[in-house]
Amino acid sequence: MADFNIRTDAVDVEQIMRQIRARIESKRGVDYTEQQIQELANVKLERFLNPKGVRSDLVDQFRRARERKLEPFQPEQYAFDGTLMYGSHRFIIRMFRKLLNPILKLFFNPNTLIQVLDKQTKINALYEQQFILLREKSQQRDEVDVLYYELVHNLVLELTRIGIENRNLKMRLESLSSRMDFDERRARALEGVVQYRPGTGPAREPQQARPRPDERPAPPPVPPASSAPQPVQVQPPQPGTAAEEQAGDSNTARRRRRRRRGRRGGRSRAPGEGMAAGGAPAEVGSPEDSGTPPHGDPTADAASDDASDGDFDDDPAGAGAGAGDGRDDSGEEPDPSAQ
Amino acid sequence: MKLAVVVQRYGADINGGAELHARYVAEHLSRHAAVEVLTTCARDYVTWRDEFPAGMEIVNGVPVRRFRVDQPRDPRVFSRWSELVFNHPHSYLDELKWLSAEGPKCTSLLRHLQSADPGYDYVFFFSYRYYHSYHGTKALPSRAILVPTAERDHAIGLALSPRVFRGVRALMYNSPEEKRLIQSVSNNHEVPGVVVGIGSDIPPRPQGERFRQKYGIEGRFALYVGRIDQNKGCNELFSFFLEGLNALPRGLQLVLIGKELLPIPDHPRIRHLGFLDDQDKFDALAAADLLLMPSYYESLSMVALEAWALGKPVLANGKCEVLRGQCVRSRAGLYYETQAEFVETLRAISESRGLNAAFSANGREFFQRHYAWPVIEQKYLDILAQVKEEDARGIHGNGMEPEPGWFARRRKELPPANDVLADLPFGPVLN
Repeated sequence: MADFNIRTDAVDVEQIMRQIRARIESKRGVDYTEQQIQELANVKLERFLNPKGVRSDLVDQFRRARERKLEPFQPEQYAFDGTLMYGSHRFIIRMFRKLLNPILKLFFNPNTLIQVLDKQTKINALYEQQFILLREKSQQRDEVDVLYYELVHNLVLELTRIGIENRNLKMRLESLSSRMDFDERRARALEGVVQYRPGTGPAREPQQARPRPDERPAPPPVPPASSAPQPVQVQPPQPGTAAEEQAGDSNTARRRRRRRRGRRGGRSRAPGEGMAAGGAPAEVGSPEDSGTPPHGDPTADAASDDASDGDFDDDPAGAGAGAGDGRDDSGEEPDPSAQ
Repeated sequence: MKLAVVVQRYGADINGGAELHARYVAEHLSRHAAVEVLTTCARDYVTWRDEFPAGMEIVNGVPVRRFRVDQPRDPRVFSRWSELVFNHPHSYLDELKWLSAEGPKCTSLLRHLQSADPGYDYVFFFSYRYYHSYHGTKALPSRAILVPTAERDHAIGLALSPRVFRGVRALMYNSPEEKRLIQSVSNNHEVPGVVVGIGSDIPPRPQGERFRQKYGIEGRFALYVGRIDQNKGCNELFSFFLEGLNALPRGLQLVLIGKELLPIPDHPRIRHLGFLDDQDKFDALAAADLLLMPSYYESLSMVALEAWALGKPVLANGKCEVLRGQCVRSRAGLYYETQAEFVETLRAISESRGLNAAFSANGREFFQRHYAWPVIEQKYLDILAQVKEEDARGIHGNGMEPEPGWFARRRKELPPANDVLADLPFGPVLN
């Protein structure tokens, strides 16, 4: 927890709070547990899978669009001509209108009015036909819109699901990287504190101190033409010299581990380096302090881990069963003197 | 020198903040002067019903004089007056009626103070918002030293309060935030005042293991000590704890100590132990990983100081400016305002051993420097020496301002207390 850049001898609470708030804002995936990730994903999926929870209110908009249908519009149509203007079901009135028609034409020209009204009648009929056509098209469009809606809705769902899965995978990747880094560090720490009890030391070690590469004797002659590898056999310790040899083995193993740590020192912090100069403790929340996976750059950690994979010399197979095969799994060549 | 300590309740088993504060001060000042405590017969702070016998008694070596309360508080009447003066324009008379409704109205105590017989050189009034403080300081302004224990609550916005703050001889503040709040509302910069706070008698070797065995608590836990009350932010605490359970440090429990005034969630990681005595409380603090202080309103958290004295970090509610300021100044705790911050800060304290160790060391140092009893006593003695010197020079303070006249006090022209409160500065004092 807490990769705070705060020294323990000068704790600035406001600074810590700023870091915590920044972390909350960024909320990196490594801060989620597996259960949290699952819960988060489930909650969001549920929300988006439920059409009522679609944020774009696609459903409501669609429903409103469907309800906004064209009203049936059929105005009463009328026919118009000159006879209708002067017509009447009563003969006498009809006759008088015809008789007085010339007098009426003295005041205004009713023929123009008759023509305009006639044209308007035809225009109305034309619009009615157009409206009927539009309504038919609208009905067809509604049917297509249903298909569009289903298509868009499914796309939204799939996109959301993929987005969440993508994010979850990223978070899981970061979490796994961090945990792997933590496991590596823990393994190194455990490696540093392992002490072999007399009689349980790694029997795979040579009975004599291993010569340095420059002092190493010439390799033994190649065994006779046998292409199959010879099974490795280890001589049981001789009574009377077993304790000394085991002590020697233990010292050799310690020296070897120290050498490896020395080689490793260039890329990882050695124990005690956490203390700043002058004896000041390490920075707050450093991985050595926290005991939990650090939240640093997982890619950088993974890179360093890759480089250190070959540094383990007491993996379970090597420490237990490896005692029988005499193979040095430190990455160096097997010592022929052990055979 | 003869001193009086006036407080609304008093007793060895009364653990309210201001009351405990008053008891500690009385007991420690009694080593330097003749101290007498003047209080009521009430034990319950809600009803102020008489429960102790009236008259003199000795509590932990300090003489205590108890007076009967005129009438218990009627919660409905008090609520109506509170609604009026806090939320509506009102008159000065309304505020006086609110004060009487709040109680504990104890006119016999005031008569005792006004009588010439007692001969107190100086009188320490605790808690500005109660009847005895307003009328007591009005009766003896030249000898009144106020320990306001003011929080950021509604009463500070009443027109009564600034008159008290300006009229007394001196003020003993609990925190820089309280001092700023009072000076902002009353502009009483010329009144002598000092940030004192309160000390605590920390046992030399509290035993966390004893607490664990006694109450069967294993593993790590965060501790809350105090009334389990909505006003103390416990609802929010439960909500934050339960919602963030999966993200909290593994196995971390919440242990509650105090009187239960609201339902506690039934959850295996929440333990309520009820009210404990001081030894168990300190043992619990010693065993805890950290102390939680979810309260919104505090003038000074004594239990936080006790936690720091024992080297325990504190996680406080950041909405309480005093607690937040204490955390920042002490460099021994964090604060939260949201659920996410609660989880993250809790994890930071629980899981970062380096941070925890730094908080622990800082907390001890903060307590020793500011809240050890010799420091507190010296501040009280210094302020007494200061006012005594002023008296010798004929300076007796500003005195209490005259009350408004008959018509003026009935004029409904005072703003709602909440409006006044909203305009006051907020936030921790960091300098």
